[in-house]
Amino acid sequence: MKKYWRSLSELKGNLKVESEPEFSITGIPEDEVKGTGKTNRRDFLKLLGFGVGYATLAASCETPVNKAIPYLIKPDDITPGIANYYASTFFDGNDYCSILVKTREGRPIKLEGNELSGLTQGGTSARVQASVLNLYDSARFLPDYRFDNADLIVGFNADFLGNWISPIEFTKQYSKKRKLDKSNPGMSKHVQFESTMTLTGSNADYRIPIKPSDEGALLVELYNNIAAKAGKETLSGGKAIVNIDSLADELWAKKGKSLVVCGTNNSNNQYLVNAINQLLENYGKTVDINSPLLHKLSNDSEVKAIVDEMNAGKVSAMFFYNVNPAYNYPETSKFVEGIKKVALTVSFASTKDETSKLCKYILPDNNYLESWGDAEPKTGLYSLVQPTIQKLFDTRQAQDGLLKWIGADKGYYSYLQNYWETEIYPKQNTLTDFNSFWNKSLHDGVFETTNGLSIFEFNFEGIADAAKNVKNTGSGLELVIYENIGIGNGTYANNPWLQELPDPVSKVCWDNYLAVSYNYANEKGLELGDLVNVNGKFELPVLIQPGQADETVAIAMGYGRTNAGLAADNVGQNAFTLINNTGKNKSYAISDVKIEKVVGNHKLALTQEYHTMHGRDLIRETTLDEYVKNPSAGNEAHLHAEEHSVTLYPKPEFKGHHWGLAIDLNACTGCSACVIACQAENNVPVIGRDEVINRRIMHWMRIDRYYSEHAENPDVLYMPIMCQHCDNAPCENVCPVAATPHSDEGLNQMAYNRCIGTRYCMNNCPYRVRRFNWYQFTNNEKYSFTDDINLSKMVLNPDVLVRTRGVVEKCTLCVQRIQEGKLNAKKENRLLRDGEIKPACLQSCAADAIIFGDLNDKESNIAKAYDNERNYHLLEELHTLPSVGYFTKVKNKTKDDFIA
Amino acid sequence: MYDVKVRGSLIEGNKSYHQISEDISKPVESRAPNWWFIAMSISTVMLIAGIWAGFVTISQGIGTWGLNNSVAWGWGIINFVWWIGIGHAGTAFSIFLLILRQKWRTSINRAAEAMTVFAVISAGIFPMIHMGRIWLAFYIMPYPNSRGPLWVNFNSPLFWDVVAISTYLMASATFWYVGMIPDFATIRDRAKKTGNVVREFVYDLLSFGWDGSTRTWLRFETLAAILGGLTAPLVISVHSIVSMDFATSIMPGWHTTIFPPYFVIGAIFSGFGMVLTLMIIIRKLYKFQDYVTKGHLDAIGRILTFISLIMATAYITEIFIAWYSGSEYEFFTFFKNRITGDYYWAFYAMFICNAVIPQLFWIKKIRSNITIVFIISIFINIGMWFERYVIVITSLSKDYLPSAWADYSPTFVEVMLYVGTIGLFLVGVLGFFKFIPMFASSEIKGILKPTTDSND
Repeated sequence: MKKYWRSLSELKGNLKVESEPEFSITGIPEDEVKGTGKTNRRDFLKLLGFGVGYATLAASCETPVNKAIPYLIKPDDITPGIANYYASTFFDGNDYCSILVKTREGRPIKLEGNELSGLTQGGTSARVQASVLNLYDSARFLPDYRFDNADLIVGFNADFLGNWISPIEFTKQYSKKRKLDKSNPGMSKHVQFESTMTLTGSNADYRIPIKPSDEGALLVELYNNIAAKAGKETLSGGKAIVNIDSLADELWAKKGKSLVVCGTNNSNNQYLVNAINQLLENYGKTVDINSPLLHKLSNDSEVKAIVDEMNAGKVSAMFFYNVNPAYNYPETSKFVEGIKKVALTVSFASTKDETSKLCKYILPDNNYLESWGDAEPKTGLYSLVQPTIQKLFDTRQAQDGLLKWIGADKGYYSYLQNYWETEIYPKQNTLTDFNSFWNKSLHDGVFETTNGLSIFEFNFEGIADAAKNVKNTGSGLELVIYENIGIGNGTYANNPWLQELPDPVSKVCWDNYLAVSYNYANEKGLELGDLVNVNGKFELPVLIQPGQADETVAIAMGYGRTNAGLAADNVGQNAFTLINNTGKNKSYAISDVKIEKVVGNHKLALTQEYHTMHGRDLIRETTLDEYVKNPSAGNEAHLHAEEHSVTLYPKPEFKGHHWGLAIDLNACTGCSACVIACQAENNVPVIGRDEVINRRIMHWMRIDRYYSEHAENPDVLYMPIMCQHCDNAPCENVCPVAATPHSDEGLNQMAYNRCIGTRYCMNNCPYRVRRFNWYQFTNNEKYSFTDDINLSKMVLNPDVLVRTRGVVEKCTLCVQRIQEGKLNAKKENRLLRDGEIKPACLQSCAADAIIFGDLNDKESNIAKAYDNERNYHLLEELHTLPSVGYFTKVKNKTKDDFIA
Repeated sequence: MYDVKVRGSLIEGNKSYHQISEDISKPVESRAPNWWFIAMSISTVMLIAGIWAGFVTISQGIGTWGLNNSVAWGWGIINFVWWIGIGHAGTAFSIFLLILRQKWRTSINRAAEAMTVFAVISAGIFPMIHMGRIWLAFYIMPYPNSRGPLWVNFNSPLFWDVVAISTYLMASATFWYVGMIPDFATIRDRAKKTGNVVREFVYDLLSFGWDGSTRTWLRFETLAAILGGLTAPLVISVHSIVSMDFATSIMPGWHTTIFPPYFVIGAIFSGFGMVLTLMIIIRKLYKFQDYVTKGHLDAIGRILTFISLIMATAYITEIFIAWYSGSEYEFFTFFKNRITGDYYWAFYAMFICNAVIPQLFWIKKIRSNITIVFIISIFINIGMWFERYVIVITSLSKDYLPSAWADYSPTFVEVMLYVGTIGLFLVGVLGFFKFIPMFASSEIKGILKPTTDSND
């Protein structure tokens, strides 16, 4: 039987300290976290008045108007109450996503994935979802990877589902190969070598914790193993940290259908990985060099050089666009000193940051939702950015400014059009005039060309040198600096939605922490939240991360901002300060880290405090070979529950629609994009660290994460949970005022106006999905976390009621979208199409793990999903008759795995 | 050969009828003793603290309490059930002992009924203030309205609660008041003699013009009997229904059919415990040892011993069923979260205070040692509070999905609310000491002569 432990303390045999002791809260004082900067209502009105006035003025003059349509003059295509969608692009240098911006009455309120983009295919991530909130607030040459062609994926410290290069695209491809079909049972196998537990590692079938310094030797060893089979020369420098013979055998057997990726910023390691892929004949199959991804093409050594020049006084003018070196340059002090010697410093920052504070001039840029622009995330894929709202403030797009300075008579919009006319328009021949081409591209948001096949020849010449120079010099305790799923490298730190998004693995929000291994914590007597000093630079609380490689620790980057805004400032510590500035590509792995325990404990905001299923049948799982034998493997309890479901009462009947949802636990990676999508769609408030510690998080959707097996390297399971819309709902009959009735379409509804807040329904919900408005969260300075509360309210979705203090709320299955879909069908006098209605969570899901539809329609995907042998309902033995189904988790592993 | 005198004299000290009137009227007619003023001041401060806590709760929100998304009920509901339980004593004494023809109840029923009224008022505060939007509390009343009309949910145990508790409060307050009318008249008549006009006027009003005629007495007794008969089922219904708040839910540890009898017995247990506490104080402070005799205390002690055994049986039955049912969730709640686990201390506090300590009453020496009896009565009050704590908190904090498990501890505001209701209760009880005759003098006079003569 699989071992499910209850908590880390239990594993240690100390049952008594099962829950965390009552810590004294010695954390950052509330006023410091929340800051004092205020913009009052008057300022907002002034700015709004100016914006509207200016727009009206601009619109009434006979100058060319290339701006978003001001709302005061009602254009034909904007009808109050009906959403307009504009194609645009989210691209910040790291993440790329083609999007549709949902605007209501001229206000962008929600971002949806654009299905026309071949790259992201309608998927989004938590950051993309949350970026709409930023509006209302004040690398390398890489080939592209095709995870959907790979039967065997081997990752080395590459968090490709979370942060690495193009996670939305990769999630899309990855989950395609993780879904199962009874008639053709097969799925990819994923082996991950990594130091800290990442989202990607937690999804792997086999996960092997390694130290960062072991990676090089392991790669050489793997290369040698495969080279021997390919008849190539082997190299020296390999070391079998773990036995990977059988892995090499399997890779060799799956030549052309395997993929090895490595996330380390070291060209030698990358060279070896490329060589392995070449030997495995993966080029052109799972590694696509015809349309390389163009993310992250920066060069760290050039940055170092310019900072040196600044300090030498050789630089007289400096312009900062989309960068924040005063925060994330490894030697901040050197940069800060250097910038003082520069005569002219100009920042184009759209929100305040550490660098702009040091600049003489700040020329505030537009938010990307107010801007024109384009992006080429991948050769041959062009993506347009268009404004979806009139500028909220007196800002100017940076490109417009630059054009003006060089004396161009036209603005950036003309420049952009001109560029597309001369450079991109000729790349196609379906449309014969540029205007049609431009309009079509703008409508679709993306334009793709087919690239001519490039001939690729791999050069093995430098491989021996690469093997000699692989990074294997680590010593002592090694630190890994990683990107957190929410706030990334810190660019999004001032987004309160992302700050409050619990890390998918650790379930911590509003902080970064030092992740230590289970053994290290035992050895040093560290408990959750104990403060430690890291390299004498700063103090951080400890989190015991099961799966963290021994002799390594990890810290998330992106925290410790000092001049970013209310939500970000003084939350966590800045891990960039620990990076050694070698001048070569920055290494995010640091050797010989000194950790010293200091007095004190900082209570971390955890949204889940118990980490295992306690042997309960919550997430049902099986292995691929069991599934092949019997598709209902692992799901035997479902049959049992169906057979033993006996009741005196008549079965609930739904004459019209009967909405249902199903989640494929095998496709779901736990990335949490749905959580933020739900938050944006349903006006879910942010409550801040203290209230999260009080376990009052308001998210309507949560991702439960459970560990099992070994605490040193556990299996990880994810389960998204929202209201299960039970047809025999325990919450409904207990409400004394009938505020939560059942709809005749099977939805469990909340009548907020009727709710008096007895909270009886919350107690009686076995899924614990109901949320109470403990305070007035929306429209309350104390819980706004943005510098301007009125401005931040503009993101609210007018289709969804904002809840007041004292009422209970929960997932509605996006009833407003269901209603919209029904009305559209009615207007067009047709039946509702299956898949036409998409709840926000489903829409945002890059893994396509969620199915929604009408259970009464026997041809619908959801009805078929409910007939799937893998489908079951959470706690179905309680006879709550949920309308949400889950598919069993299937791992592609055998009992006697090939790696010890 | 045998002694037919089953109990000693119910009223000691060879009192005459006049003496009884004198004794009972004295606290009303004379200036309150110094300790009364001190006690009243402390109680008032406690009450004010509670008002402050109520203000904070209503003006800022339930967020000022320690509750969370998983444990949505806490001290508020614990205290509600605790007070309701205490509020059982009056009716239980008056009705059950009346039906059982236990004459000794006459010395105690008035105080017990007063206690009931104040305890039920204290209890009623909690479900009200516990609401997220108390200003819409009237939604819970079924009345014709312009919203549809939109009715209450007749399936909800919380609605049954509203009905049961308001009925109980009204019935027990009426029963209590009706019983006091002849005594108010006595005070009025005595005031007339001494020429105290104000007192005469007030008590005249309170006594509804009682004239003491035979016909009045006849009607009084008829009414008392009818009210008694009507109120008797309420003793069973009110706490059965309170228990259904839990029993009809699906939470492990709540979802159980034993709850109605278990709660009723528990309520009577805590009510008797509180009566014991109160009577010991009264007889000591007002020197009423002749009226509340050791015999009375002995009788209550014997009852408590018996009820305590029922409580123990209930606890053990619950635990047995948790295992026998084969439900892993029930098993976890009882064995991993109550008997062992985070909340073991609350479980043992409950079990020892309610099921073990009262067993000391088997020993006659202990029953007759007033100090020890008093201490044990306090233990019962504490134990019954922990019983509700165990039920509410352990079931909610760790239920079905471990991901949602959360701990709970009360905030200062919650504690002050509890303190406030204790203050309210004490203010009421102290007012009762001072302004209302503490014993039903007519009933006491009726049992002054021993019912059974001794043979020797």
